[in-house]
Amino acid sequence: MVVLAEESRPAYDRVALSSYVGEASEDDLALADDGFHADSLVELHLDDPAVAVDRDRRVVTTRKGRSVAYDELVLATGSVPFVPPVPGRDLDGVFVYRTLDDLDGLREAAEQATVGAGAGRRSGVVVGGGLLGLEAANALRRLGLSPHVVEMAPRLMPVQVDEPGGALLARLVSELGLRIHTGVSTSSIARDHRGGLTVTLSDGLELDASVVVFSAGIRPADGLAREVGLEVGERGGVLVDERCRTADEHVWAIGEVAAVRGRTYGLVAPGYAMAEVVAGRLAGDDAEGRFTEADMSTKLKLLGVDVASFGDAHASTPGALEVRLDDPVAGTYSKLVVSDDAQTLLGGVLVGDAANYETLRGFLGEKLPGDPMSLIAPAGDGAVGVGIDALPDGAQICSCNAVTKGALVHAITSGEAATVPQLKACTRAGTTCGSCVPTLGKVLASCGVEVSKALCEHFSQSRAELYEIVMATGLTTFSDILTEYGTGRGCDVCKPAVASMLATLAGGHVLDGEQATLQDTNDHFLANMQRNGTYSVVPRLPGGEVTGDGLIAIGEVARDFGLYTKITGGQRIDMFGARLDDLPAIWRRLVDAGFESGHAYGKALRTVKSCVGTDWCRYGVQDSVGLAVALELRYRGLRSPHKLKSGVSGCARECAEARSKDFGIIATETGWNLYVGGNGGFTPRHAELLASDLDTATLVRTIDRFLMFYVRTADRLQRTAPWIESLDGGIEHLHAVVMEDSLGICASLDAQMARHVRSYADEWAAVLDDDDKLARFTSFVNAPGTPDPTIEFVDHHGHRVPAGMKDGQPTDLGALGFDTSVPIAGPTIPVGAPA
Amino acid sequence: MTAQADVRLHPAGTTAGAEAKDPRPDPGVPTTPEPADGWTPICPLERLQRERGVGALVGGEPVAVFRTHDDALYALHNVDPFSGASVLSRGIVGDLAGTPVVASPLFKQHFALDTGTAVEDPTVTVATYPVRVVDGTVEVGGA
Repeated sequence: MVVLAEESRPAYDRVALSSYVGEASEDDLALADDGFHADSLVELHLDDPAVAVDRDRRVVTTRKGRSVAYDELVLATGSVPFVPPVPGRDLDGVFVYRTLDDLDGLREAAEQATVGAGAGRRSGVVVGGGLLGLEAANALRRLGLSPHVVEMAPRLMPVQVDEPGGALLARLVSELGLRIHTGVSTSSIARDHRGGLTVTLSDGLELDASVVVFSAGIRPADGLAREVGLEVGERGGVLVDERCRTADEHVWAIGEVAAVRGRTYGLVAPGYAMAEVVAGRLAGDDAEGRFTEADMSTKLKLLGVDVASFGDAHASTPGALEVRLDDPVAGTYSKLVVSDDAQTLLGGVLVGDAANYETLRGFLGEKLPGDPMSLIAPAGDGAVGVGIDALPDGAQICSCNAVTKGALVHAITSGEAATVPQLKACTRAGTTCGSCVPTLGKVLASCGVEVSKALCEHFSQSRAELYEIVMATGLTTFSDILTEYGTGRGCDVCKPAVASMLATLAGGHVLDGEQATLQDTNDHFLANMQRNGTYSVVPRLPGGEVTGDGLIAIGEVARDFGLYTKITGGQRIDMFGARLDDLPAIWRRLVDAGFESGHAYGKALRTVKSCVGTDWCRYGVQDSVGLAVALELRYRGLRSPHKLKSGVSGCARECAEARSKDFGIIATETGWNLYVGGNGGFTPRHAELLASDLDTATLVRTIDRFLMFYVRTADRLQRTAPWIESLDGGIEHLHAVVMEDSLGICASLDAQMARHVRSYADEWAAVLDDDDKLARFTSFVNAPGTPDPTIEFVDHHGHRVPAGMKDGQPTDLGALGFDTSVPIAGPTIPVGAPA
Repeated sequence: MTAQADVRLHPAGTTAGAEAKDPRPDPGVPTTPEPADGWTPICPLERLQRERGVGALVGGEPVAVFRTHDDALYALHNVDPFSGASVLSRGIVGDLAGTPVVASPLFKQHFALDTGTAVEDPTVTVATYPVRVVDGTVEVGGA
C-alpha cells in the first residue's frame, strides 16, 4: 500500500487541531501508531502529492516525479479552505485554519503581536462563525489575542443551531471575551500605517487586527479528479456511489473529497465510515459494505460553553415537533425535535449545557422513554433524566469512531476492559474528540465494574474520603484514625498519606510525637535520601533569588562538608552526599546564614521559578520575581498529595516555563493569566488556562482555593494534571468551584489556607532547637560520630560522587572527543582540547 | 557490600513492655560498642520510638533495631539487598496482612521483621539478630 501525502507530516487528528495551540504536541495529534509506520506493507511518501493519474495504464505520477502503478486508487485528498474573494486576503498576517503549518504560522504571528511594544491587548479577526470559526477564535484567545468573529448568517453556527440557540451561544461566548458580528460580511482587509491590519465590514465598521483567520467553509480538493476526467458533483466533490466508487471501477473516493450520491460531508465520522467501506471492499473482508447515512452530530466545547447538535436539528422532517426549554438565567437552551406523535426522537440542539448529549443522541430514531420535556428539564424539577441503562445496545456512544453501547458492554463483559483507558484502547471509543470519555465511565459503572479506591489494605477509604473524615472528626493522631476507621497497624502507603493530612489539618511540627514515625525517610530527616544512603540538602531560594553573601555561605557549607553541588531546574542549589550525622551541623550553618528549609524532601510546595521581570527585562510587563517570591513564601511548607511546582513569567515570552508547572502564572498587560495542571516528568503536560487577566489579589485567592481543593480531593501521589482530568467536568468544574464557589466550599478553603500561612514555621530551625529531635540524626545510636563504613565516594570528572556506578559505567568522555587525562572542568584546569 | 542470604533463627520479638517504664536515667553508651557475652548494648529502651527503627553497630556490622507498637523488638542487617545501601533502619514500619514489616526507603520493598524475608521476592532475605532488654538497655546478640 503506497500512501502519497501533500503535507510534510504523517496523518494527524485535525479535529483536535485547536488543542495544538494549547497543551497538545504534534505527537499527541498523530493518528497512526508506530506499528503502522513499521508495517512493511505500507509505504508513506510525505511532501509528495499525486499530480497526475493515467487511468488507462493505472499509474500515478507525483510532484517529485515518482511513478506509482496501482491496482486500486483511493482519492482521500480532503478539502481546502474556502477563502472568499475579499481584497487584501493575500496580505501577510492573513491565515486559514486547516493544517499544523497554518497553526505554526498563526502562533508565530500572534507571539510577535503580543510581545510588541505598546499597551492594550491585540486583536484577531476570524471570518466565519461556524464550528471551525469558533474553534479558531478560541485558538486566538489561547494565543493571547482578543478575537472578533464575523459571520455572514444572522447567527453563529448556522448549520448546527437554530435562532434562539445561536443567540444564547453569542451571549455566552461574548462573556468569554469574543466579540461577535453577525449578519455582516467582510469587505476588505488593508495594511494600516503601523504594520497591523484593518478589516472593514459590510456595515462600515473597521476592526484593527494583528491577524485575520479565514474559516468560511471548505471546498473538496477535487482538482486532480477533475483533471483526469472523473465526474464531480454540483457543489464539487468526486461523485461516488454508496460503495464510494467512482465511474472508474478502480478509482474510489472517501472523506471530504467524496460526494456520495452528490452529497459531501465535512465531519470526521462520515469520513471514517467511508474509509471502512472501501477498506472492507479492497481487503475483501466485507464486499457488501455501503455508506448509506452519516451521523452529522456535533458537539463543541468552547472554554466551558457546550454546543451540541444532532439528527434533524432544524426540524425539516414533515410534521416534526419542537420541544424547547430556553433558560436565559441559567444560560442553557435545549431543543428536542420529535416525530409528529412525540414518540420518536429525531434530533436536537443543546447550548450552554450538553451533559445529556451522548445519552439523547443514543435515542436518535428510537422510541423515547418518557415525555420529551422531562428529558431536558433540569434535574430535580420533575425530570426523569436518562440513564445509561435505558439506552439501546445499538446507541452510538462514540460517534467519531462509531462505537456502540453494545460494543462497549461486550468489551467489558468479555473481560477485555475494566477501566476507561482499557476501554479506549480496545474499542477506540473516546480516542478522537474525547467528548464521550465521561460516558465510558458510566457504561463501566452500569456493567457493575467498580474500581477500588481503597488507600491500602489498612484503609478502605480513598485519600479524599479519609481527608474528609479527618477534617470532620478533628482526630489528630494516626493511631486514633486507624483505630476508628482502619484495620491493622498501617504501612508505608497510609502512614505518610495521613501524616500529610495531619500537617495540613492539625498543624504542628511534622516530627512531633507520633507524627515522626509516620514520615518517609526524606520527611523524617528533612533531606532527600540518595542511592547510597546519603542525603541531599536544598535551602529555599524564593523565586530563585540569592545574594552574593548567600552564595558564599552555601559554597562554604558545600566545601566544608565535602558536598557535590548542582544547580536544580527549579532555580535552587542542591548539595549532595551529606551524611545523616552531618545534617544538623549543615543546617546550623545554613539557618545562621538566613536560609530555611526548601522542602525538597516533601510532597509539598517546591519552588516558584521566575524570570527577571520588569526589574531588568526590557520586555517584561509585570514584576514576576516579586510575585514569585510572595507566592513561594505564602505556600512554603504546604503538604500536598504530591510535589507542587510553580513558575511566574513576566511576559508572554514565558522564560520561566510556567506552563510546565502545577500552577503557572504569566503576566499580561493588565494582570495575570493563571494556568494549572502542568508538569514535566514521565508524561509532560502543558498547564491549561484557568483564568485570565486577574489582579494580584484575585490571583492569590484563586491559587489558594485551587491548592486547597487539590489537597482536599486528590488521590495520593496524584499530580495536579491527572487530578484535574479525574474531576467530573474537568477544568470547567474546577473553574466553577474556585471562581464561582459552585460547591459552596470557598470560605472553608480560604480559611484553611489562611491558617496555613499564619502557622508556617521553618521546620529545620525548629529541629535545631530541639535536642530530642536532633538525637535522631545519627547513623549508629550506640556509636555516635562513627562514620557509616558503607558510604564511599569516588572522583568523577572532578566531582565527588557515590562509589559504585549505577547501571554501567560513567559516560566515556574520551569517546566524545575530550582529553580525559585531566578533569574537563574545574577552577584551575583548562577545558580539554577536542581530540 | 551485600547482605548474607542466611536466615538466622533467633527468638525475635522479645517483649519489652515492662522495661519500657524503667524510670532510671540513661546509663550512657560507649562510643565504641563492646560486646559482652556476645550481646552488644544499643541504647536505652526509651530511645526507641514505637513503630520506628534506629541504626546501630554490632560487631562492625550495621544493624537496624525496631520497636513495634506492641513493644516487640526486632533487629535486621541494615543493608537493603536491593540497593546495597545501609538504610533499612530508616524505613517506615507497619504490617502487611498481619506480618510486621519495614519498607526500604529507597525502592519500597518490604522485609518481614521476624524473618528478614522480602515480601515482594521471598528468595531475598536479610540477616536477623536476637534482641533483648537488660536493665532498660536494648542489646543485640549474635554478631
